[in-house]
Amino acid sequence: MTAPVTKQQKTVAVAADHGGREAARARARSLTSLISRNGAVAVLILVVALGALLVPTFGTADNLRNVALAASFIGIIAAGMTFVIICGGIDLSVGSTYALATIISAMYAPRGSFIAVLYALLAAGLVGLIQGLIIARWRLPAFIVTLAGLTGVRGLVFYITHEGNDHPKIEGRLAFEALGTGSLATIGTPVWIMLVVFAIGWWALNRTPFGQSVQAVGGNQGAAELMGLPVKRTQTIVYVVSGLCAGLSGILTTALSGGGQEARIGDAYELSAIAAVVIGGTLLSGGVGSMVGTLAGVLLLFVIQNLIVQGANLNSYVQQVVSGGFLLVVVILQAVLSRRTGTSET
Amino acid sequence: MTTLAANIKDRSAVASWIREHGVYIALVLLVVYNAIATPNFVTVDTVQLLFSQVPPVIIVSLGMALVIGTGGVDLSVGSIMAIASAVLAKFVVGGTPIGLAMLYAVAAGLLVGIFNGLVVAFARVQPIVATLGVLVAGRGIALVITGGALVELFVPIFKDIRLGKFLGIPYVMIVAALLAVGVAFLVRRTAFGYRLLAIGGNRRASVLAGLPVRRTLIVVYAISGTLAAVAGVIATARLRASDPSYIGLLMELSAITAVVVGGTSLNGGRVRILGTVTGAILLQLLETTLVSHNAPDSVARMVEAVIIIAAVYVQRPSRSSR
Repeated sequence: MTAPVTKQQKTVAVAADHGGREAARARARSLTSLISRNGAVAVLILVVALGALLVPTFGTADNLRNVALAASFIGIIAAGMTFVIICGGIDLSVGSTYALATIISAMYAPRGSFIAVLYALLAAGLVGLIQGLIIARWRLPAFIVTLAGLTGVRGLVFYITHEGNDHPKIEGRLAFEALGTGSLATIGTPVWIMLVVFAIGWWALNRTPFGQSVQAVGGNQGAAELMGLPVKRTQTIVYVVSGLCAGLSGILTTALSGGGQEARIGDAYELSAIAAVVIGGTLLSGGVGSMVGTLAGVLLLFVIQNLIVQGANLNSYVQQVVSGGFLLVVVILQAVLSRRTGTSET
Repeated sequence: MTTLAANIKDRSAVASWIREHGVYIALVLLVVYNAIATPNFVTVDTVQLLFSQVPPVIIVSLGMALVIGTGGVDLSVGSIMAIASAVLAKFVVGGTPIGLAMLYAVAAGLLVGIFNGLVVAFARVQPIVATLGVLVAGRGIALVITGGALVELFVPIFKDIRLGKFLGIPYVMIVAALLAVGVAFLVRRTAFGYRLLAIGGNRRASVLAGLPVRRTLIVVYAISGTLAAVAGVIATARLRASDPSYIGLLMELSAITAVVVGGTSLNGGRVRILGTVTGAILLQLLETTLVSHNAPDSVARMVEAVIIIAAVYVQRPSRSSR
């Protein structure tokens, strides 16, 4: 009689032990996911607090306002990029699309603020739509398609500015310029617009069927197809969203500066936007990501650059080294942390 | 019925032949077009000019092809060229003999490549992000080394690198060709080559099969870094100066384009060396063609974009084989 009991007990004990280990692992996993989801926010708070304590010129309201304003342009681009990357893609064309919108909005400014904004957004959205259709319908790799977009759209920008010789300016269009130069509660309009973009992005990603679909397609395209989700439509829309975000950012740049931009403006913006998204904890493999993280990632990039200038008074070359090094440290930590808890395999 | 079936078979055979040989067909078409439409195209000068311009792209693309074969990508190659150029300038200005300075420059590329490999292999960071960090930091490092300034270099051997020819073929093209043969041998005839393709096909399976995945990855990125540094030395010799803010700029995009146009899949598991070399030559010839027809730079870029899309469209896997 005793033998079966012991066996049973043993089984129970083993099961309990197993359960305990599982629970511990689950706890560790949720901790890691908490860190990787909110790590950028935590680091941002830490860096800002340290900066304010150690660098006297950093914590002033004026300086923080300027950092936020500078970050808002890449920020808006990165918001769109977050959708693309969660959906399992990548958009290298945003810097060129941004330039296209910058130039078009300045070119059409004489015909009124509404036309200028509309045409710039239409052009940027169209760039996204064409790339999205090619990627979704023809199933071509996003990296290559948007690489062609980077080259081709930049060519288009040079074409409409007569090989970069035209620098269209806007003169006396107050309604349009207010988009860039205005302020609310002493904070510049572009910063508010960025916050609105992120709020809408958060809502769309977490509270709408479209957002669910984006995450499902990025997580497992085959499964999403079998579930009957509109995979191709979702894939197309994220590139339109990314194009529109880049376009909006370009419009704000023209509004703030009054136009007169070089045709090569926005060069390598795609790299900053991707870096911000990755630092924010969104995985390049798709399926997982966070809008709040991206916002924190963008602010982190700009706060650190600002600190280097204000605190250490280092030149722009060293800034580049620190920016790249910071990105490396973040992604290595993310990779190591996520592997510790077995969330990623090999 | 049978003719119809045969016809369909023929057509799919033709389609797959085009898919396999797209880049060679495109190059032949472009050469034929030039021979007819471009005045003074069929001359030795044209070929010599092409062969003196294209080697840096070929050399970088060879390393890139290996990296892409493992399912990765190396965005840092342009910055590695800049670092190699800056290191070369630093040592030449400091009085180091040119041969040794070149060796140090190439060694710098090797080190950065090993670093890339370590991050990808051990930290398992996705290659695109890992090398993106090095792209940003690397050019900064190169600028720090030279203090951001352009350093003019007066070295006699640079003239040989720029203009030297053997049997009418520029030295640099011979170097590129030899490197291509070496890399092709590595891929096709060595265990290392098989391991590389196995990892690109399925990294997890390669780990389970007991392949030295990490070591292979580190070597692949090290080769890519070394080759980029060689290209950086050639670019410096051609410029007769080290300009870290310019040398190798956007080279990663040219190299990736050459590799993909040449028929190597971005998914990994397959590498085409001859295709890569042909892809690099095709892109260079395309640029030359557009320039000789007075097409502005803006149009050239748009045409290049269309060619890239067309190349991946033609080579996309057919639905049945997916």
